[in-house]
Amino acid sequence: MRYHTPESFEDASAIAAGAEGVTRYLAGGTDILVQMRSDIVTPDDLIDIKHIVGVKEIARSDDGGWRIGAAVAGAELGEHDGVGADWPGVVEAMELVGSTQVQGRATLTGNLCNASPAADSVPAMIAAGATVSVTGPDGPRKIAVEDVPTGPGQISLVRGEVVTAVNLPARGPGGGDAYLRFTPRTEMDIAVVGCGISLTRDGDTITSARVALGAVAPTALLVEAAAAALVGGTLDDGALDALAAAAEAACNPIDDKRGTIRFRTHVAGVLARRVAKIAYDRAGGAK
Amino acid sequence: MALDEYTEQTGGPADEIRSEFTKVGTSPDRPDGIDKVTGRARFGADAYAPGMLHGVIVRSPHAHARIVSIDTSRAEAAPGVKAVVTRADFADGQSGEDWAVMENVMAGDTALYDGHAVAALAATSLLEARDAARLIEVEYQILPHVTDVDEAMKDGAPVIREGAADNSVPAGMHPNVVRYHSSGHGDVDQGFAEADLVIEDHFVTAATHQGYIEPHACLATMGGDGRAELWCCTQGHWNVQKLCAATVGIEQSKLRVTASEIGGGFGGKTTVFVEPVALALSRKANKPVKVVMTRSEVFRASGPTASTSMDVKIGMKKDGTMTAARGVFRCQGGAFPGAPMEFTSMCAFAPYALKHVSQIGYDVMTNRPKQAAYRAPGSPMAAFAVESVVDELCNKLGLDPIEVRLKNASRMGTKASFGPTWDRIGLVETLEEAKAHPHFSAPLAPGAGRGISCGFWFNHGGETSVTMAMSEDGSAQLMVGTPDIGGSRASMALMAAEELGIPYENVRVTVADTASLGYNEVSHGSRVTYASGLATIQAARDTVRKLCARAAAKWGIDEDAVTWQDGCAVPSGPNAGDFDPLPIDRICRVMGRTGGPIVGHYEATPEGAGVSFATHIVDAEVDRETGATKVTRYTVVQDAGKAIHPTYVEGQFQGGAAQGIGWALNEEYVYGPDGRLQNAGFLDYRIPVASDLPMIDTVIVEVPNPGHPYGVRGVGETSICPPLAAIANAVSNAAGVRMRQLPMRPSRVLEALEDQD
Ligand SMILES: Cc1cc2nc3c(=O)[nH]c(=O)nc-3n(C[C@H](O)[C@H](O)[C@H](O)COP(=O)(O)OP(=O)(O)OC[C@H]3O[C@@H](n4cnc5c(N)ncnc54)[C@H](O)[C@@H]3O)c2cc1C
Repeated sequence: MRYHTPESFEDASAIAAGAEGVTRYLAGGTDILVQMRSDIVTPDDLIDIKHIVGVKEIARSDDGGWRIGAAVAGAELGEHDGVGADWPGVVEAMELVGSTQVQGRATLTGNLCNASPAADSVPAMIAAGATVSVTGPDGPRKIAVEDVPTGPGQISLVRGEVVTAVNLPARGPGGGDAYLRFTPRTEMDIAVVGCGISLTRDGDTITSARVALGAVAPTALLVEAAAAALVGGTLDDGALDALAAAAEAACNPIDDKRGTIRFRTHVAGVLARRVAKIAYDRAGGAK
Repeated sequence: MALDEYTEQTGGPADEIRSEFTKVGTSPDRPDGIDKVTGRARFGADAYAPGMLHGVIVRSPHAHARIVSIDTSRAEAAPGVKAVVTRADFADGQSGEDWAVMENVMAGDTALYDGHAVAALAATSLLEARDAARLIEVEYQILPHVTDVDEAMKDGAPVIREGAADNSVPAGMHPNVVRYHSSGHGDVDQGFAEADLVIEDHFVTAATHQGYIEPHACLATMGGDGRAELWCCTQGHWNVQKLCAATVGIEQSKLRVTASEIGGGFGGKTTVFVEPVALALSRKANKPVKVVMTRSEVFRASGPTASTSMDVKIGMKKDGTMTAARGVFRCQGGAFPGAPMEFTSMCAFAPYALKHVSQIGYDVMTNRPKQAAYRAPGSPMAAFAVESVVDELCNKLGLDPIEVRLKNASRMGTKASFGPTWDRIGLVETLEEAKAHPHFSAPLAPGAGRGISCGFWFNHGGETSVTMAMSEDGSAQLMVGTPDIGGSRASMALMAAEELGIPYENVRVTVADTASLGYNEVSHGSRVTYASGLATIQAARDTVRKLCARAAAKWGIDEDAVTWQDGCAVPSGPNAGDFDPLPIDRICRVMGRTGGPIVGHYEATPEGAGVSFATHIVDAEVDRETGATKVTRYTVVQDAGKAIHPTYVEGQFQGGAAQGIGWALNEEYVYGPDGRLQNAGFLDYRIPVASDLPMIDTVIVEVPNPGHPYGVRGVGETSICPPLAAIANAVSNAAGVRMRQLPMRPSRVLEALEDQD
């Protein structure tokens, strides 16, 4: 195994583009190092991105959103007042990842690119309308978060491409987001179902919404029918029922040791209701 | 406590039980505390030797397969590899448990479960060893498998091993049923006829692992002359010595075993897994070999507890009198005999004085790892089934769960469900304390439920040997042979200090190796503070006699005319003579000139362990939309006989409750249709994390054990007997539906709620 410490994303991209065999990037390492230890992946080239300038920065972007460097750890994100004020749902999702120790390392980018269907920050990022900036052999591009994972452990980036940052859009007035997951244990567990919702309100009326579900399909889902159930209404019981029904209908889970199809589908509806209420309250100004 | 070791506990020392103490009953810091929190303590994997190799074990990926051939040639040629072993490199001709251990440590002609060791190698680095292990080619012929206890008993189920049953098993049973137990008294049918209400129910529990934080680890050094040394984490190094000698084929005294600090055992470290393999590799390579299990190996190949399928039937009168009880307990213990079904049977109805009672147990083999002891082996499951039925009877008859238990409680002089007549026991006292505890009368939040359960464990004595050596400055060195799995060095030091009349800090307690002390049975059966404690007190009294003799000689008076007070020899009365008290340090300073080193010792197999009972109170809430359960309040009330070090007694109480919460709510061995373990890691084998637990309140009841000089009863195991039932009762009462299967994971609770609607 070759271990690389490039000082720019262009160099990182060039190393990856020129490599043969198995290539992995090392952000926080909380997925990849565990996989190496347990013989799931043995990379031929391991490219550490943490020596790249700016990779741990959180900055306001020109459109009023946030640009979060690819190596920003969960704990750093959690302590950043600005992002937390705008996107509490994304921050709370990332802060659910692992323990204090894991938080010191784990990143949004790694959580996304590891492409686990159960990754916690991904439904929250999808709901927020986040994108990633990518550098690659064909130059930079931006990809919507929901278009990055293509299946368990699979992403749409081509060989030589590397994520440089996660972009959160400007929050704007009357917005709120939230994320909840269901796990059998209170902590140190993997989502049986995750749900992220972001919405905007004009008075009591919901004017826009994005609903995303994790762990109920091969990739996190953006559920448009669920969003449609919310928009135009005031989150009354009818809207919540329609939301839950749409969320359940979107589920395409597996039966495994972590949860049955029946259970995951049911809990997706339950979580969607609960998350919508929190997001709605936050959009209404609740802290 | 191993299965064949339960003997009825009778009698005790003739001495009176001491009740006045100055040190016992206080809670000083443990002597191993600083080492453990600073990382200086040396655990199983912390030993290194010059030229040391690293051993790796190759394991079967199949639940049941004949080993057609093993080709080690490519592995032997791999870089760094110094030795490869298969079953042919071990001794043969063992019988009984030695044979089972041999077969489990390294498969013979058949791999019996996913994770069963089939070969091993040692190389100069762990990486080389792991790479080379992949080059060992094993050809398997896959056989049909069975992992479920009820399936394994059915006609046509794959036979794990023909002829494994002993002669206790009734004719006509499936060959996988290998042992049978039946006990009780009276006429249960008559008893059921006298009842106003009879409830019979079926209960199921999953196999759970002890979940100790430290994986099995050892460092073995064995020369061509057969002399060997072994460093390992174990609950009992004499047993390791015995089993290793039998499996590698040497005399026991050729092998010296030293017990490392231990990161938890809970019964799971009472046998051997990697130790004989490390020795065989070391013998072949002629170099020290270290073997450390990975967590996944711990789950796949070390012993979890049994899974069970149980039927319990109890009859009760309207006034709460239990008229009869019957239980059938089927325990699956993996691919070898040994599931603790007789303990399950014997503990089941132990809390109740019953005129008519019958219990039957089946030990069933399956394609799973060989079960190992887990804290009160077999008892927690029995309590789950029995105490659930008692709870349901109380609910249906509108009776108070504590009053009903008090009404039927076993007491001194009543006949136990499994035969003996109870000596002085403390069940009633735990129930009275529970009743008086503010928890029991605290109002419940809407939607919450409360559960009560009693639990019982025998406790054990066992072979014990202790030596106390005095230093010239009057401080003492105590050598015990029971690895410290729960703070026992602190308790031993307290008892020694109490007898000698010296400060606690002046007693150093060492867990001596097998070459330095007489035989000691494993630290199990909650025996350490009882048996090593008793031996410590007696060794200290032996030392005191010798100290007094030196004073007598100095004063020129009879040895009988000297007594021991506050660390000094004093004349026993005015007639003995008028001498100033002679302090321990002054006696010891000159001991070389007054008769030689002063050493006290004691060795025996004490048999008055004194059983222990507990009553637990649990509050739980259920999220009716997701089935998630939260334990919100927990109180443990248990009889400790005498709490030597109350903080560590509370620690045992809390630890049992914490493990019980995991067992009740989320822990389980999950097998796929291919018979392979699906969750060999802490991510999907869900032991509770700190935030899953409430504060666990404790009440120490002290009903002295007549079999110990201070009245000690073991406390380590009884604490895990009531939790499964107490939590299940709380959850069932919160949910309004009886939970009969463990673990009560959210999906199972939700399904029960949905089925109820
Ligand atoms: C104890 C523990 C608990 C955990 N708990 C949770 C949990 O609760 N929820 C959860 O979702 N996850 C959990 N995880 C998984 C993990 O911590 C998260 O997925 C984390 O966010 C991964 O981030 P990382 O920076 O450590 O990724 P890394 O391990 O560094 O990388 C992960 C993957 O992303 C790729 N990658 C990294 N950087 C880039 C880049 N710049 N461009 C392209 N690809 C890249 C790597 O090639 C690799 O395949 C847990 C892990 C552990 C060890």
